[in-house]
Amino acid sequence: MTRLEQIKSRIEAALPGARLEIIRNDSPSAQHSLLVDNEHALAVARFLRGDPQLRFDYCSNATGIDWPDAVLKEKVKVKKVVDGAEKEVEETVEKKRQGFLEAVYHLYSMELKQGPLVIRMRTGNRADQAHLPSLTPIWRGVEFQEREIYDLYGIAFDGHPDLRRILMWDGFQDYPMRKDYVEPDDYEYEPTPHDEVLEKTQKHYAQETKS
Amino acid sequence: MDEGLRSELQKQGIFTTTLEEIYNWGRKNSVWPLQFGLACCAIEMIASTMARYDLARFGAEIFRPSPRQADLMIVAGTVTKKMAPQVVRLYNQMPEPKYVIAMGACAISGGPFKQGYNVLKGIDRYIPVDVHIPGCPPRPEALIHAFMTLQKKIDEQRLSGNGRPRHLDPDAPSEFPVPQFGEHDLVPAKNPDVWKPPTLVSHG
Repeated sequence: MTRLEQIKSRIEAALPGARLEIIRNDSPSAQHSLLVDNEHALAVARFLRGDPQLRFDYCSNATGIDWPDAVLKEKVKVKKVVDGAEKEVEETVEKKRQGFLEAVYHLYSMELKQGPLVIRMRTGNRADQAHLPSLTPIWRGVEFQEREIYDLYGIAFDGHPDLRRILMWDGFQDYPMRKDYVEPDDYEYEPTPHDEVLEKTQKHYAQETKS
Repeated sequence: MDEGLRSELQKQGIFTTTLEEIYNWGRKNSVWPLQFGLACCAIEMIASTMARYDLARFGAEIFRPSPRQADLMIVAGTVTKKMAPQVVRLYNQMPEPKYVIAMGACAISGGPFKQGYNVLKGIDRYIPVDVHIPGCPPRPEALIHAFMTLQKKIDEQRLSGNGRPRHLDPDAPSEFPVPQFGEHDLVPAKNPDVWKPPTLVSHG
């Protein structure tokens, strides 16, 4: 954590205006990450690679995450007057969160033997603003991985040299790794269906008998 | 001619046969597979051609790199939806008589990827398959067994009447429609002339 805070302040000193945020990971792995704003992402990436004390010269992995629209519940302590006396009462506050897509990069330094540094970028929403700056100009190796993110999550990377689908065919319209993706109903028989597979099978046969 | 007389003549060095028998004997002992693999099953297919398992004993050592010279397509591995049209096209380019062995869980049913969106749930949705081999991957012995099953099938084909091989039947189709890439899936998702979905029998 301290290391990440040091990196954050170092970037902020070098690039005034860059909006950075540390995303905590409270699981045992404690792999905290750095959220970078889209306008400065390219400059931040260039700095991370070029700075003599950081030298993150190797991006081992780039991947996507889909965060659909959600209602977040948060417990807040509120002071209330109950029966004439002031008491602290816990209340759950519901907050609506607009969905967005995220790209995550894992960076290492081969020269200084350090890492990983996890940086993230977020899109405005999951539809028309699903754009992020491409980091392929900084780390050449993420070209195919960004194409894969584009293929499966639908994040368009601006500045990517060759942004095409990589696994699915060109005319394919969907983004299969999104949470709301509905796969084609193309299997009929399952010897031991259970749970969601059973549901899917029943739905299929209900349609089959109708038609 | 009855079998007893025939074996008696054979002991004397006189060999009798029928046209059908010698024709099928020749066919079944020189089946040339298409040199073509899709996934890990292809490794087992390669292993079965090498010295230890030696598919050459069955007359199938010549793997042809062109569909024009092949008799047998061994669909060895996962057929993704992106690859399926090419597999069907290769099959269409093979001359009759042609046979298909679907090798491994993926090629016969989609295997572990059956619940997914990008794998074809069995190549028999688009082309007629003669022998299915289960297994993940099937051992070379299983492929050899499938090959012997195919040889038996060829041997039992009558040259006239119903059930004759397709190349002797002018009405039998030799080519099958190649599926197109659609917006959400392959179009069509299956060829109903080749493949019928299994009917579900409900239990009481």
